[in-house]
Amino acid sequence: MQTQTTATRQQLPDAAGEPPAIELIGINKSFGNVRANRDIDLSIKKGSIHGIVGENGAGKSTLMSILYGFYQADSGEIKVNGKKVHIAGPRAAIAAGIGMVHQHFMLVENISVLENVVLGAEDGPWLKGSLDRARTHLEKLAREYELEVDPDALICDLSVGFQQRVEILKALYRGADILILDEPTGVLTPSQADHLFQIFEQLKQQGKTIILITHKLREIMAVTDTVSVMRQGAMTAEVKTSETSPAQLAELMVGRPILMRVEKTKSQPGEPILQVDDLRVFNQQGVERIKGISLSVHAGEIVGVAGVAGNGQSELLETIAGIRHAKSGTVRIGGVAAGVTGNSNAKTLRHLGVSHVPEDRHKMGMIGPFEEWENSVLGLHDEPENSGGFIMKIQTILQHADDQMQRYDIRPPNVHLRAENFSGGNQQKIVLAREIDREPQLLLIGQPTRGVDIGAIEFIHKQIIELRDRGNAILLVSVELEEIMSLSDRIIVMFDGHISGERDPEFTNEKELGLLMAGINEAAQ
Amino acid sequence: MNQDLPRWADMVLIPALNLAMALLMSGLVVIIIGENPIEAMKYLVYGSLGYGEGIGYTLYYATNFIFTGLAVAVAFHAGLFNIGGEGQAYVAGIGVAIACLWLDNTHWLIVFPLAIFGGAAFGALWAAIPGYLQAKRGSHIVITTIMFNFIASALLVYLLVNVMKVPGSMATETRSFEAGAHLPFMSDIFAWFGLKIEKSPLNLSFFLAIAASVAVWILIWKTKLGYAMRTLGFSSTAALYAGISPARIIIIAMSISGALAGLMAVNEIMGVQHRLLLGYTAGYGFVGIAVALMGRNHPVGIFFAAILFGMLYQGGAELAFEMPAITRDMIVVIQGMVILFTGAMDHMFRPTVARLLSFTRSQQEGA
Amino acid sequence: MKLKHLLFATIASVTMATAAMAADIKPAMIYDMGGKFDKSFNEAAYRGAEMFKKKSGINYRDFEIQSEAQREQVLRRFARKGFSPIAVTGFSYAKAIETVAGEFPDTKFAIVDMVVDKPNVQSIVFKEHEGSYLVGILAIMASKTGKIGFVGGMGIPLIEKFACGYKQGARSVKADAVVFKNMTGNTGAAWNDPVKGGELTKSQIARGADVIFQAAGSTGLGVLQAAADAGKLGIGVDSNQNHLHPGKVLTSMIKRVDAAIYKVFEDARTGNWKSGVSVLGLKEGGVGWALDENNKSLITDAMKKAVDAASAKIISGELKVHDFMTDSKCPE
Repeated sequence: MQTQTTATRQQLPDAAGEPPAIELIGINKSFGNVRANRDIDLSIKKGSIHGIVGENGAGKSTLMSILYGFYQADSGEIKVNGKKVHIAGPRAAIAAGIGMVHQHFMLVENISVLENVVLGAEDGPWLKGSLDRARTHLEKLAREYELEVDPDALICDLSVGFQQRVEILKALYRGADILILDEPTGVLTPSQADHLFQIFEQLKQQGKTIILITHKLREIMAVTDTVSVMRQGAMTAEVKTSETSPAQLAELMVGRPILMRVEKTKSQPGEPILQVDDLRVFNQQGVERIKGISLSVHAGEIVGVAGVAGNGQSELLETIAGIRHAKSGTVRIGGVAAGVTGNSNAKTLRHLGVSHVPEDRHKMGMIGPFEEWENSVLGLHDEPENSGGFIMKIQTILQHADDQMQRYDIRPPNVHLRAENFSGGNQQKIVLAREIDREPQLLLIGQPTRGVDIGAIEFIHKQIIELRDRGNAILLVSVELEEIMSLSDRIIVMFDGHISGERDPEFTNEKELGLLMAGINEAAQ
Repeated sequence: MNQDLPRWADMVLIPALNLAMALLMSGLVVIIIGENPIEAMKYLVYGSLGYGEGIGYTLYYATNFIFTGLAVAVAFHAGLFNIGGEGQAYVAGIGVAIACLWLDNTHWLIVFPLAIFGGAAFGALWAAIPGYLQAKRGSHIVITTIMFNFIASALLVYLLVNVMKVPGSMATETRSFEAGAHLPFMSDIFAWFGLKIEKSPLNLSFFLAIAASVAVWILIWKTKLGYAMRTLGFSSTAALYAGISPARIIIIAMSISGALAGLMAVNEIMGVQHRLLLGYTAGYGFVGIAVALMGRNHPVGIFFAAILFGMLYQGGAELAFEMPAITRDMIVVIQGMVILFTGAMDHMFRPTVARLLSFTRSQQEGA
Repeated sequence: MKLKHLLFATIASVTMATAAMAADIKPAMIYDMGGKFDKSFNEAAYRGAEMFKKKSGINYRDFEIQSEAQREQVLRRFARKGFSPIAVTGFSYAKAIETVAGEFPDTKFAIVDMVVDKPNVQSIVFKEHEGSYLVGILAIMASKTGKIGFVGGMGIPLIEKFACGYKQGARSVKADAVVFKNMTGNTGAAWNDPVKGGELTKSQIARGADVIFQAAGSTGLGVLQAAADAGKLGIGVDSNQNHLHPGKVLTSMIKRVDAAIYKVFEDARTGNWKSGVSVLGLKEGGVGWALDENNKSLITDAMKKAVDAASAKIISGELKVHDFMTDSKCPE
């Protein structure tokens, strides 16, 4: 481990003597007792790509929200191109030349690209004139930055990659010189992400400044010029990307050395636990989301399902978990048919020994306003050990929850704290503890480390591998290729409701998987 | 922005501020019509709490509001907005009346449990139908429950005009029950112990309301059914994940809600009116929505909110009596103000209070 | 015990009556749920109370209730504060009066449209069937088609009583007279639905009716309007409504609630108040038919003669108009 550049901040020399695009001086922001930002100084050179990394809750989003005018800093000042500005709201930010591309796109699905771009920035009372002027301007922007999009296409007809382009165009149309992008690659395939980075380069050459917020160190290393690290509300380091390494950044983020690679032995697959045969699933709108999938997971094996979000992985997990019904096909757990085409529900599947850590813990895996102990029995609340007849055995549950919190290192160890008040990592541990503690035959786990800080990722990965080593089967769904590759004993790639390929993680690479995720199976051609 | 308030502020301070605001606005209305608002306030408070009969009436109204407030709260915990309490209580009157008319030559101790059952069953049925439509057909509960209020009203008219009315009588009501189906009034209950209090419609159902509050508290926070209801209330996807059938819980929760609303009929029909008559629900079912909102859907909060609304009803009548310039329509305006400020505009003071509190806290820390 | 009580009450009310002559009385008026200004029944009571105030100079208190539970409450409150007589409108007060009158045997109560049998209660009921009989005669004589109509408000026996008297009157002139009858509804809302009243009227006109009698509160305004619009004749109710559409309202069946209330207060003031049932028919001037310059041209001498004859017979007792409420039946 390198440790030579630690928490000391180094000022970057400014060769051209130009004022920095953005300068933050002594920014402080508190919410109640929590100091979300403390004495933040940050200077970003004009025409550079600057990354900001940090764990969840480190204060990145707060800082960017201050910059974009959602929040007002308690103290400190903001300078744009050397001039002090007061950013009272997003409009003021736009006026100062700052644009933001949110993690969740702020687009109106059922109107055209052009209309979305103009929305809120109409230059007259009549829409027609605005649209005509916007069309010319948009075409010019698209040419300059190689951001071609059909201005008359409806947003809902565009792929996420193109939707993101529209977001960027929106910001540019409003005259942004400084672009803030919050986790822009979360929804993209690796190749789409690469394309995005090319766009960054293009923008940089045109003199735009880009601030990239991400937790993916790979991307930081790939595209940024400089990078700032935040931890617990403070800026702990600012380094040149060329002079750092992922390991060093990770350590700066967490404050201690981090194991970047998961240690695991070769799997010893046993009996098949999960057998899926020709499964077909339709969504509520009657669209076929799983188009005849067959797969199996054996005892003592982790099977990873890779794919760009929305290619049927969620439906697959939910069908096996009993939440969703299949049109046809069978699912067997330990040889027993689960009846997923009709009368199954999550409870019957649980009784077959299936545990499920859902992809979206906020919507499914836990109830935010419930206290920790209540969440510790979600789905198990009417098991005999938790309730006798009508009344819940609250004392028993409390004790068990308390014990679980110790064993899974869930902090703070307070069973009466509401789940929503835990950090992302601890929330995930609450769900994981509940699901793993039952010692399931089969664990279904979706996005195990989404929104989870690096420290907790390590712990969660370790738990999954230990479960495998005790001879249980695990089906893992993740959009993080790194995670799939490091955890899985076998990788299945899904595209458009099909399995587009199956690979051994030892003999594949991100590029090959990326192609499979885009539906291109080179081996088959 | 962080608007999490300490529990005491959420449960006491905010409602108190809202109430103060409502009274202030009502005071302005009183001034506009040329009366003295302080005087009016005095009548209102004295009329509702100042003497035995006033207290009796206040608690009698409160009994109705506790039932209808609990009904709204139970449904709310399961994520359902039951605004059909009015109709459910109305239909429940049939159940109570059947029990009373059938056995009123016996003793109230025999009739009481049957009336409770009758009221609860009819109310539950009337709420279960919209529940079923929501669960199985996706018809929105707000629409169906309000529609069912109208159907209930039409049904009662039909029954009272064509089936249950005393032939030849002008009044659209059943015959009056014999003494065997009269719940003891509070004055009677006190008399058993040799105590004398003023007569009022307050009757044994008040204790039933308290029992119902405790039962609801246990149901929501101590039982697995309550757990399932709250899970569904917060997130239907989480309920599916937990293997809870939303359809089943919706129907059960609506039935319980309707049963609670139905118990209001025990207070009115068996306790006070001693006959089934048109329009006896008088909007109490709708007031229950405001009571539940103000009481934060918690039985304790609902109890106190119900008493507050009872005070407004009784004190309002007193006010209209003592100050003839304040007509009953003005009283409705004042009651409306309270509902508006405590229910609908609940969030008005929230950000300010949150900011003030966090400011004082940080000041204290700084010092 | 009960008997003694009753005896005492009777003596008390008699002595009270004489005592009250000297002192000013404190009258109170309580309206039914419809409210003071319902353009009908309660408003008539209000007018009677106002008339008393103007003539005697004695102020009165009044109250509009909001809920069923307030009936007893407000009666008791007025009684406790020494108000007497306390007059209420509407049959819905029967039960409350019965209870409270027992508790305050010295207070005088009066109820309109219902009989309550208590020693300190005056019950005032009207022989609406007699007035209706007379307008029935007028209606059929004015009709060219031999078909006449009746539009009621709420379908209650009281309104059937109007309809039944009306039909008997018509049949007494023309044995095969066709009388259409419609009730607007079964709830209180039926008193306040002029649109529906108008629709019912139009349908009766379509079936051939050319004179339509309404006993439907505010709904009746729609009936008279529709009849006038179609060039047919309407008949008003309760108060004189001839002026609403001059020349298009044949007459009005008058029910003097205002006079009754005035009389209750005035009798109490002069010490002539008596408990028991006051049945106000033609003889007592409680009901009647309206003749003024607005409908003078519509009433022929023959019609007037026929009505006067019937009226005289009813007053003398020679003719008895059947009261629907005695047996819930109307003779064909």
